[in-house]
Amino acid sequence: MIYLEPRKSVPSWLRVATPFFAIGITIMMGGIIFAALGYDALKALSVFFLSPLSRADQIADLFVKATPLIIIGTGLVFCYRANIWNIGAEGQLILGALGAGWVALSYPDVTSYGLLIPMALAAMAAGALWAFIPAILRVRFSTNEILVSLMLTYVASLLIDYLVRGPWRNPMSFGFPLTPLYPDGGLIPPLLIPGIGRLGQLHWAVPAALVIAIIGGILLRRTLPGFQVRLFGEAPRAAKFGGFQPDRITIAVMLGSGALAGLAGAIEVSANIGQLQPNISFGYGFTAIIVAFLARLNPMAVIAAGLVVALAELGGDAAQISLGIPKVVTGLFKGLLLFMLLAGETWTNYHVKWRSLKA
Amino acid sequence: MKSIQFGKWLASSLIAAVAALGMTSQAQAEAMKVGFVYLTNPGDHGWTYAHEMGRQQVEAHFGDKVVTTYVENVPEGPDATRVIRELAKQGNQMIFTTSFGYMDPTLKVSKEFPEVKFDHITGYKRSPNMATGNIRFYEGRYVQGVVAGLMTKSNKIGYLGAFPIPEVIQGINAFAQGLRSVNQDAEISVVWVNSWYDPVKESDAAKVLIAEGADILAQHTDSPAMLQTAEKAGALGFGQSSDMHEFAPNAQLFASVNNWGPYYINQIEKAMDGSWSTGEGPDHWAGNTWKGIGEDYLVLTEFKNMPADVAAAAQAARDGIADGSLVIFKGPMKDNKGNVILKDGEALDDGGLWAMNYYVDGVQGQIPN
Amino acid sequence: MYEELLLTILLTSVPLVLAATGELVAEKSGVLNLGVEGMMLMGAVAAFGAALTFGNPYIGMIAGGLSGMVTAAVFGLFALGLATNQVATGLALTIFGTGLSGLIGAPLVGKAIDGLAVIEIPILSSLPLIGVAFQLDFMAYLSIAIVALVSYLLTKTRAGLILRATGINHDSAHALGYNVLAVRWMAVLFGGFMAGLAGAYLPLVLTPHWAEGMTAGRGWIALALVVFASWMPWRVVIGAILFGGITIMQLAGQARGWSIQPQFLSMLPYLATIIVLVSISRRGGVLHKAPAHLGRIFYPTR
Repeated sequence: MIYLEPRKSVPSWLRVATPFFAIGITIMMGGIIFAALGYDALKALSVFFLSPLSRADQIADLFVKATPLIIIGTGLVFCYRANIWNIGAEGQLILGALGAGWVALSYPDVTSYGLLIPMALAAMAAGALWAFIPAILRVRFSTNEILVSLMLTYVASLLIDYLVRGPWRNPMSFGFPLTPLYPDGGLIPPLLIPGIGRLGQLHWAVPAALVIAIIGGILLRRTLPGFQVRLFGEAPRAAKFGGFQPDRITIAVMLGSGALAGLAGAIEVSANIGQLQPNISFGYGFTAIIVAFLARLNPMAVIAAGLVVALAELGGDAAQISLGIPKVVTGLFKGLLLFMLLAGETWTNYHVKWRSLKA
Repeated sequence: MKSIQFGKWLASSLIAAVAALGMTSQAQAEAMKVGFVYLTNPGDHGWTYAHEMGRQQVEAHFGDKVVTTYVENVPEGPDATRVIRELAKQGNQMIFTTSFGYMDPTLKVSKEFPEVKFDHITGYKRSPNMATGNIRFYEGRYVQGVVAGLMTKSNKIGYLGAFPIPEVIQGINAFAQGLRSVNQDAEISVVWVNSWYDPVKESDAAKVLIAEGADILAQHTDSPAMLQTAEKAGALGFGQSSDMHEFAPNAQLFASVNNWGPYYINQIEKAMDGSWSTGEGPDHWAGNTWKGIGEDYLVLTEFKNMPADVAAAAQAARDGIADGSLVIFKGPMKDNKGNVILKDGEALDDGGLWAMNYYVDGVQGQIPN
Repeated sequence: MYEELLLTILLTSVPLVLAATGELVAEKSGVLNLGVEGMMLMGAVAAFGAALTFGNPYIGMIAGGLSGMVTAAVFGLFALGLATNQVATGLALTIFGTGLSGLIGAPLVGKAIDGLAVIEIPILSSLPLIGVAFQLDFMAYLSIAIVALVSYLLTKTRAGLILRATGINHDSAHALGYNVLAVRWMAVLFGGFMAGLAGAYLPLVLTPHWAEGMTAGRGWIALALVVFASWMPWRVVIGAILFGGITIMQLAGQARGWSIQPQFLSMLPYLATIIVLVSISRRGGVLHKAPAHLGRIFYPTR
């Protein structure tokens, strides 16, 4: 039987090295899978992992893909550090998109980018509101926040479905479930690189996401509220003796992560889609949970983790285009990568030992 | 000694590499690269499967003159933009995007690659290098209506819809026109599944319709689940997008098969000889190809599980549509609330078809909004 | 007509009952496995493949259950063996299972099988209306038998007590000398077997073909159902029939021309689940409370 023994001290090189080990093992296993399917393993791997990095615009797209993951992941890190398990970021993301969409569609003629500010505020408010429900239920009735936030995700996706097919549908869309296009002022502009111009789908929210993650890191490490969150998660009793109010922390981290998920939803729609449709997220809210874990609940590392997960996604497309590897292999590969990274996490903190059942 | 050999080896492999490169670029100059973007996996046995069949026809027709690539399971959103752009960057000279939701992504990328030809399926937006193509699916529905009207005993027809969009409404109404042309008492009841593809829900909806008394089923969703349910329950039905008789040998009356091959081949040939065009400009119907039974864009499979006289009536309707002698939407035509839509002698034009927001006589209920 | 509608509702609820009962047991032991969707798909593909190969749907059924169990073992290896976070591991399992089932199933696309036969129970099946409950297939009857068994084991036996104890407080259970991990392993494997059976029900009974992602989110509904049922097996059955009933009545209502917004109807079960959750966390005995250590990581200290 597998037996775990906590490491007395974790060498810092191990913390840095394990994700790379995990990725390395996944690559080897991936190579075996590709070879078993009859592809040239080396070529498949290089297409999968290197070709999405071979041009500047592809790297830009990698950041674009990682943006919602980074923003949501940063919020989730705070929750999970405080031992509050918000897994409803997907629903909060949808609510955020609805909040921003409501503003954008209410002012169909605005061309000034000033519109983005009320949109972002509405998105954050809507996302926070959706997260407030599990938070207050947990504080008041100690209701399990994992389950409530998950249920609310289903409700949110049905709500957007209703709005886009019903009251918000564009009368000019020939009956297709789409809202009108956002006004120009409601679209996040592309980020133009001096001398190059447009680079992939790069837009202004991409650097914003990096800034959010960095601010998150500083907040968690260097400030009193951050300390409270960490202490609350690691030693709730000590936090109580220290005079912190656990209910306030619970509500604060939920509101914060809801607001960030909402913001991510608004960004995804306003930068990349330009109008609301029944599906706007494709699971970013769930994938971000994994990103938060890969980052070891460290906001700065969320950036790297978001990029790795985004790479697995883009690599899958590249492998299809160049080699005709079916998309399901990407899912398999992504699943493997996540398993290995999770195992790496254990490896860092424990000695993994084997002992016979009889002992 | 070793280093000399190494140098030799390096040089020879470099030469080989350069030669290989030269050969591939030469091959590229000869073969035209064509990309396809699919919404789901070709294994859906419905919409995407039909497109995959079309792509295979392209390969068979052109041989090594065309190299095709496809990308499956591309969600309708920012990922589509990225994938389409990637196909363009990889040197595809022509790109077919095969779902309505790719409309805006295709338009966006078409502006970035003015030298690449884009062809969007089922949409209505065009640009100087983006054409649109579609099949008159509703023509097959009329023939289905005729068969249903002659075969039904309960005079109740069940119809599974995915979403109330014009393409689906056209189909329901054409079915009703065919139905009422032979049977004044039969009624269609429509159930919306709210998904193109959810086998279990499609099967549930089929069971519900059968429970409500329907003995003939039609579908505008993608999986073979409805026909399998009909087969089990002893009801009859029509296959959608592709031939589904293996799933329901006793239940499938016939299937309307989306035959994209001729369209793809035609567009690629036009691109090769320089006559490919998108019309004058964006947003009108000139750059749109919309053909049906007459040009074999829509193919009806063999009429089965029906008496010979019904098959003959179906064949007559099919031939009438093919040669233009049978007009599906012509006056006098009323909607199902009794309002006159077309007076005697009038017929619907394509604009009228796309603006359909009513059910014609013979369909129960109203279009949800 | 009502009999046929009722029959449809019952058939739709069978996979939900199977998957939710399995997840219920896992959750009672304190393990939250969000990989139900992935395990169901693995069950579905194995069941279809085996039924096609051997020409016998009962072999398909067993293959589906075993395949779900093997998939659950992957979860167990990480979440229990390596003490990884259960939420993240479960999500990874769904991604993994969806991908692997699609890959395995690629050659099975476009094939059809004969599904499970209906077994009519004499006399009972001729009762008016409720007679349809006795015109089902073997797996449907099996699901009820399993619910009865699980309900009995959980409440009336020592094994059930131990299982619940590990879910309520794994440290105490460990201190009392119970092997927390062994209990959880069994619960997780059972959950996987049931999810596999649930997946198998789709190609063996509901739609006798295989297609990528054919569960279309039913694994997630099963997760909601466990909570809705407040971890009581018989309530899972009631809940599944309610969930199924709402789906079917929504379709039937359309066929009859009722004008109702389907989205709001579909929201009801989830909102009801939240209300149930709140009410059981306010009052109610230990028996139908969320296991206190649900989703919390345990590793044995010596």
